[in-house]
Amino acid sequence: MIIYGVALLSVCMVLGLYIGEILGVIIRVQANVGGVGIAMLLLVLACSHPMFKSLTEGASGTGIKFWSAMYIPIVVAMAARQNVVAAVDGGMLALLAGALAVIVSFALVPVLSKIGTQSEPLPPLDETEKGEG
Amino acid sequence: MEITIDLLEKVFARNGLIVAFAAVGLVTWFSYFLSNKLTNGRIHGSAVAITLGLAAAYWGGSVTGGSTGVADIGLLTGVGIMGGGMMRDFAIVATAFGVHISELKKAGMVGVVSIFAGVVVSFIVGAVVAVMFGYTDAISITTIGAGAVTYIVGPVTGTAIGASSEVIALSVAAGLVKSIMVMIGTPMVAKFIGLNNPQSAMVFGGLMGTTSGVAGGLAATDPRLVPYGAMTATFYTGVGCLMGPSILFLIVNAIY
Repeated sequence: MIIYGVALLSVCMVLGLYIGEILGVIIRVQANVGGVGIAMLLLVLACSHPMFKSLTEGASGTGIKFWSAMYIPIVVAMAARQNVVAAVDGGMLALLAGALAVIVSFALVPVLSKIGTQSEPLPPLDETEKGEG
Repeated sequence: MEITIDLLEKVFARNGLIVAFAAVGLVTWFSYFLSNKLTNGRIHGSAVAITLGLAAAYWGGSVTGGSTGVADIGLLTGVGIMGGGMMRDFAIVATAFGVHISELKKAGMVGVVSIFAGVVVSFIVGAVVAVMFGYTDAISITTIGAGAVTYIVGPVTGTAIGASSEVIALSVAAGLVKSIMVMIGTPMVAKFIGLNNPQSAMVFGGLMGTTSGVAGGLAATDPRLVPYGAMTATFYTGVGCLMGPSILFLIVNAIY
């Protein structure tokens, strides 16, 4: 049943966000700490555990795959509801601070990635599958 | 005629989320059409769609004066639900379906390092820009630096250390610029920064940190990288909120 997969996904998300909120309180910050990431870990763990096999295979799995495939359309909607006007109104200071932070961070990606690849190189992903998600 | 338009508005308003599905579908179709016809597929359809979305958000924001882009326009309020935090997080978690735990373990350590490196580097850049623009008090410099971390860390830090509302608004604007730049810029630079495997995606998510930016940027680059980038990015804002008002403020305060 498709709803079983959707329900598993939902339980993982709510549980992850709850743990994230608790972590936020523990380290005293006004933010959810890694809730979505924890939810993803829970889903990954559930998918690889035989106990949840019936919730992640066949039609149940389709329920999760549907929401995974809805990711890009949801991101397009997310882009359409950003406060772009406020970003532009911030003037040169906001533009420079934001843009330079991005450029420096971009430049650090290959530097930090190298730390890991020395021990564990990963095969590059197949370009032809791009955008099929 | 007027009655039929009234009725149409009523149906649109009552079924906002469904209208959003249709509208986003239409925009996506148009984007892939543009991508194929104008750029021969070189600029990916989803990158075009996200850019069109941002342009529409600017238009919506300037027409209505609201803060949620096209979602402030009566007929398109559903876009606010579809693109809101709940749906975004739900879809991000769903992308983890099929991720192998071994891939996560491989990049686990460097992923953690990248989160801290990302927060500190973005903060320093933002703080230096603030100094360049003539700010000399530790509170304002710290708040603007925190804004360059993410648009949540900025106001959280600013409020905690007592920054003025103008400076907090600037920090939010800096964070928004960052988020939008990551969405648009990632597919352009992906090739040059080696963003083509789960490991570099985790480093990327940790360095950039803005959940919306990483979500949009990776979607336009290669959707299979999304779960890896999102995984680290979701810890970034928490770490930023932890470090901004505490250690980072103390360091700036010691200098100024």
